[in-house]
Amino acid sequence: MARSSTSKDAQDLFHSLRSAYLATPTNLKIIDLYVCFAVFTALIQVAYMSLVGSFPFNSFLSGVLSCIGTAVLAVCLRIQVNKENKEFKDLAPERAFADFFLCNLVLHLVIINFLG
Amino acid sequence: MMAGGGVRFLVLILVVAICGAASVFQPISDSHRSAALDVFVPVDGSYKSLEEAYEALKTLEILGIEKKSDLSSATCEYVVKVLGSSSSTLKDAFYALNVNGILKCKIGEAGPKDIVSQLQAGVKDAKLLLDFYYSVRGLVLVKEQFPGTDISLGDAEAIFRSIKALSQSDGRWRYSSNNPESSTFAAGLAYETLAGVISLAPSELDPSLIQTLKKGIVKLFDSIQKFGMHDGTFYFDEKSVDASQGPISTTASVIRGLTSFAASESTGLNLPGDKIVGLAKFFLGVGIPGDAKDFFNQIDALACLEDNKFSVPLILSLPSTVISLTKKEPLKVKVSTVLGSKAPALSVKLTQALSSKSVDSSVINNQELKFDADSATYFLDSFPKNFDVGKYTFVFEILLDDSAHEKVYITEAQTKVPIAATGVISIENAEIAVLDSDIGSVESQKKLDLTKDGAVSLSANHLQKLRLSFQLTTPIGNAFKPHQAFFKLKHESQVEHIYLVKTSGKKAELVLDFLGLVEKLYYLSGKYEIQLTIGDASMENSLLSNIGHIELDLPERPEKAPRPPQQSTEPYSRYGPKAEISHIFRIPEKLPAKQLSLVFLGVIVLPFIGFLIGLTRLGVNIKSFPSSTGSAISALLFHGGIGAVLLLYVLFWLKLDLFTTLKALSLLGVFLLFVGHRTLSQLAAASNKLKSA
Repeated sequence: MARSSTSKDAQDLFHSLRSAYLATPTNLKIIDLYVCFAVFTALIQVAYMSLVGSFPFNSFLSGVLSCIGTAVLAVCLRIQVNKENKEFKDLAPERAFADFFLCNLVLHLVIINFLG
Repeated sequence: MMAGGGVRFLVLILVVAICGAASVFQPISDSHRSAALDVFVPVDGSYKSLEEAYEALKTLEILGIEKKSDLSSATCEYVVKVLGSSSSTLKDAFYALNVNGILKCKIGEAGPKDIVSQLQAGVKDAKLLLDFYYSVRGLVLVKEQFPGTDISLGDAEAIFRSIKALSQSDGRWRYSSNNPESSTFAAGLAYETLAGVISLAPSELDPSLIQTLKKGIVKLFDSIQKFGMHDGTFYFDEKSVDASQGPISTTASVIRGLTSFAASESTGLNLPGDKIVGLAKFFLGVGIPGDAKDFFNQIDALACLEDNKFSVPLILSLPSTVISLTKKEPLKVKVSTVLGSKAPALSVKLTQALSSKSVDSSVINNQELKFDADSATYFLDSFPKNFDVGKYTFVFEILLDDSAHEKVYITEAQTKVPIAATGVISIENAEIAVLDSDIGSVESQKKLDLTKDGAVSLSANHLQKLRLSFQLTTPIGNAFKPHQAFFKLKHESQVEHIYLVKTSGKKAELVLDFLGLVEKLYYLSGKYEIQLTIGDASMENSLLSNIGHIELDLPERPEKAPRPPQQSTEPYSRYGPKAEISHIFRIPEKLPAKQLSLVFLGVIVLPFIGFLIGLTRLGVNIKSFPSSTGSAISALLFHGGIGAVLLLYVLFWLKLDLFTTLKALSLLGVFLLFVGHRTLSQLAAASNKLKSA
């Protein structure tokens, strides 16, 4: 009885989350997708390293940190662009995007330098 | 070929440098003549070119060696052919005339006229220095070999000026007016050519022209270079590293040029005497060159120095630089010209004999050498009483007699010659003894006669000492420190130990304390043979004598003591090849298999594809891309700028370095800043309009 209720609760929870998520505006969904893409790429790199060893360690770090870094920047962009965030009400989304773009530029310069 | 010549020259430099500050230069001798026969007689019976034939024949002529008749006739045939043909080059005609001057071939009546007209045309059309050289010198040779032939040089002064136009302010010459590179070798050629112009000119040339040339010669001498540090040799060399002429040919060319210039020029040429002697010493110091061209240049330059109008150098040489105090032979000194001819009347004085031990005081002062007319040598037959064995530096001075000579002779101010004096060193009071170590009392003592092998028999144990002592004195009674004084103990198992005998004053002593040496002797008891070696360069009676043997009683070897090294039966095996060393290099890191890496490359791309698919599922569009042209352009530029930055990053990874990337990035960044700001502000304005509307 309890088991079925917990599983039903889990299912209900899952459905409500899903429907809430579907309501988010498209631009935020794009950013979420980008974050998932970056994290997956990082995971695949870690899996590769665990298989073959970390010989050019700087390359491994560079690759993983570029993915994580761009994910973090995307999350910051999402926070700033989200209209429900009261703190960033006055900040124009284009300005947030410009910040995201610039920070990514610097991040990738450093990453390419460290890649070797 | 040039590189080989250069390497050989470097080896020569090393050899002469090792010889040290004071060195003896020998004039050209019979060893040169026999070497010349090897170098200059061609293998297959004929010379490869007229230039080679000329160099070989001229060298053999200067050295006074007979020419082979079959070789001469074959060469003459070729010379006649070249001089008869009208299509020979100026260079061939020039060398053919040179060879003809030596071999005196029969040219025929018509021969000279064709050649003269060809050479005169060459002079008129000449633009390069080498063309001037071949044509003018060719005409000079025709004038010498066919007297009476009409040779008119045309406008001699104009030719002189056009050759002089190729000169440079530092004394060097250019090969042509197009080529800015100057060469010292070309300067020699130019002076020969100008000398030819002066001699062929129908009337006297403007003396101011000749004066400027003399100034050029002074400038050229400023570029002369020192060969050794202290031996006073000078030479000329090219400025640039990859010049085609080495120092020997360059210096020879300059000497040839100056000799012909001084011969043609009426007012006389003054050249610094010490540099002339230095140039002579440079060529004598070369020794016997293996290269034919170097040999020719050496002998030709020395022949020019032997007989010229400025100054003829005289060389002081010694047949032997060793004085034996026991043989009491006189020290002989020869003075001659560079090719070995007789010198004029002069006197040789030994001003100083500096010992290597005391450099300040001289043993011999201002001793004049006697002259032996039969052998044309100067000799010194009496040495002072305190002239001891050892190494000396003798300083000679040559004084020319004041009577007038046809030529101006020049010698070195002072010639320093290293001399070794040898003699019999007397060895006295040689004895060997075994001492008790704590008291120092003598257990057994034997007197030694080191001139022959002895059969001394001693015995000692490890608590005792062995003492060897002797006295060394020079013939006049001074203390003598030998260069080598070795005492060798050789065990029955061929293990050897060598000790140095120390000298203090007259006494030489060696004390071996067996208590301290037990471990070094590898605890080997038994019969040891004793051998003593005394040697020195000044010692005429250096010795190596087997004194006898000693029975050593040493304690038992403990466990940890080192074993004696394996003595191989071959005594020279220690000089054989050693064990091969296998180097350990850093093991390169293990890299993954290529296929695995490629598979993962594919796998990495998958999230990106997933991202794109997700975007299309979300319904991403570019509807808000601005439509008006201004905004469209700035938007396009913005995206283009982003793409350019990404491309720059890829290039940075592939081949650029950080600094160029940063430079390019700063430019692109400024551009992107403007364009991006415009685009985004336009977007913001557009969305604001939508919001307000």
